[in-house]
Amino acid sequence: MIEFIVISFIKIAAVIGVMLTIVAYTVMLERWVCAWMQDRIGPNRVGPFGFLQPLADGVKLILKEDVLPHHVHKVLYTIGPTLVLMPALINIGVIPWGSNLPVFGRYIKGVIADLDIGILFIFAFAALSVYGIVLAGWASNSKYPFLGGIRSSAQMISYEVCLGLSVVPVFMQVGALNLSKVVEYQAAHSWLVLCQPVSFFIFLVSAFAETNRTPFDLPEAEQELVGGYNTEYSSMKFGMFFMGEYAAMFVMSALMVTLFFGGWSLPFAPFNAPATSLPVGLAHIGIFLAKVVALLFFYVWVRWTIPRFRYDQLMALGWKVFIPLTIVNIVFVGAVLALVVK
Amino acid sequence: MIVQRPKLTWWERTYLPQILAGLWLTLKHIPRRKFTRQYPEEKPLLYGDYRGAPVLVKDADGRVKCVSCQLCEFVCPPKAIRITPGFRPENRFDANVEKEPKDFVIDMLRCIYCGMCEEVCPEEAIFLKNDFAITGYKREELQFHKEKLLELGGVHDDKIWKWKNK
Amino acid sequence: MSSYDILFWFFSLAMLLSGVLVIASRNPVTSAICLVALFVFMAGLFVLLEAFFLAAIQILVYAGAVMVLFLFVIMLLDLKASQRRRFGWLAAVGGLVVAGALVWELGIILQTPVTVAVSGQTEVGGGLEAVVKPLFANYMLPFQVTALLLLVAMIGVVLLSKKDLQ
Ligand code: SF4
Ligand code: SF4
Repeated sequence: MIEFIVISFIKIAAVIGVMLTIVAYTVMLERWVCAWMQDRIGPNRVGPFGFLQPLADGVKLILKEDVLPHHVHKVLYTIGPTLVLMPALINIGVIPWGSNLPVFGRYIKGVIADLDIGILFIFAFAALSVYGIVLAGWASNSKYPFLGGIRSSAQMISYEVCLGLSVVPVFMQVGALNLSKVVEYQAAHSWLVLCQPVSFFIFLVSAFAETNRTPFDLPEAEQELVGGYNTEYSSMKFGMFFMGEYAAMFVMSALMVTLFFGGWSLPFAPFNAPATSLPVGLAHIGIFLAKVVALLFFYVWVRWTIPRFRYDQLMALGWKVFIPLTIVNIVFVGAVLALVVK
Repeated sequence: MIVQRPKLTWWERTYLPQILAGLWLTLKHIPRRKFTRQYPEEKPLLYGDYRGAPVLVKDADGRVKCVSCQLCEFVCPPKAIRITPGFRPENRFDANVEKEPKDFVIDMLRCIYCGMCEEVCPEEAIFLKNDFAITGYKREELQFHKEKLLELGGVHDDKIWKWKNK
Repeated sequence: MSSYDILFWFFSLAMLLSGVLVIASRNPVTSAICLVALFVFMAGLFVLLEAFFLAAIQILVYAGAVMVLFLFVIMLLDLKASQRRRFGWLAAVGGLVVAGALVWELGIILQTPVTVAVSGQTEVGGGLEAVVKPLFANYMLPFQVTALLLLVAMIGVVLLSKKDLQ
């Protein structure tokens, strides 16, 4: 019991630490990639090659004056940003980062909580993240945040449905909701992105909508809504929204890696089976993180390429294209499985 | 003129070809040559008639060209110039010019770089030169006095020596 | 007191508190948020009963979807009207009577000895099979009929919300 608690605490500390560092550097990556794509250099002043820029940004955000506008609902206004960040931090706990780490004759699992309902847990808490935005929008008590909040609630509910339905075929194929099992299945067979390309595509697009990233960043929409729900926030409260957005991106990327890109595995030995030695165990974690970072780059890449969709296009895409498509996909995969497995 | 809407094929209406083309385009730009100028180290190249901050100049003999006629002070739209007129010492080589400003203050916070002073000056004593990044920590630092202005202006070596033989 | 008890009391008390806040708060948005908190704490209780599936569904469906829609509607309402609403004696007395009746009934239930023995073994799979197996095997028809009912309701709503209905 004590051992379990100690190990879990160490794992939580490590995971949160690594995650938040990557989140900070994703912001950095965002600025770099955006600059490169526009033939600029990007931040390069703080530290060698600008590597300490996230630190400077953090210090700046913390030291800024925290303005509490007089017209806001104080309590909800304050808890809004935390509600955005929290679900992401909770969700990362059920995603397997590695197979296991053999330390001192023990096998330490590469996941904090190995839940059998893994994916449902993630969807449940991802669903809660909409409250942060909606509350921030409402509690700010001014028009642009409010519009952002309204847009966000409708958008996130719609795309949650797509997100949920799109992964059903994956679990039909694997036969378990446990994310570790999904990864092990892929390690033994092949990456699911090859078997379930339709699922993957819909999941990918819905993930963009769910994390409010361009081309679906309508709740923020700087040009029309002056930042949407962010408008009335300043200092570290704004920083939390920022971190929350990127942390959600991280979780979504990690989830995509887990579901479709084989998690910690690579399709050759010794990376296609759970680790039996420490170096391989660590390499698994490295592989997982590398895949996540590649997907984060994809997020950034898309953001600086594609303009924002219109709201009606967004809704039409979700309800009229993706949801029918997912249902067809489920039926199709079901039929194939019935034929093949029988 | 009637512009026909192009008839899109099914494939084009999925947006995918355009999205993929866009992604490819942005990707191609990543390794390209960068156009950023590292500003404080790499100064921008300024050409001939650049209108930077107004400064005072001396002629080749080291004579302060300004005769404190105060035309520039009068013409300056935001009233950035303040001149305290004064006389040149009796026994100096340039005593024949009679007047020179005792102090000449340009408030760089007010100056709008319009160039009116340069235009109006009968002595060609004030020029808008190349300094464009004028910064300071206090307001006082940005009140440029006569010495500072002369130092920034340096020598303006034109061939018309108006006061040489008068 | 074991850690189980501590968690049980924490979740129960937090649930009761948020429940009270739901009805005590004058602001509908605050009420809705407290209701969400209540659902989350209730999910905590489900987890203590090792019904993980139920807990996840509780959060996913009630907290994550239903309440967001509620909030969506509440946010579009004119909050002033409901905040002005006065304390009604009739409602208070009625509520007290109903609450009293509920407590009384609960008391009776608690006094009857529990006959259903709680089986010692816990379900593998977080109760997923326990919920899903009967649903798709024993009660397939009722389940599908319920789904159809919901579909009918949905079509009705879509029809009603179409303004230009003949
Ligand atoms: S440039 Fe214009 S504003 Fe500046 S000192 Fe000369 S006249 Fe005044
Ligand atoms: S700078 Fe020229 S215009 Fe101004 S006071 Fe001197 S001589 Fe006159």
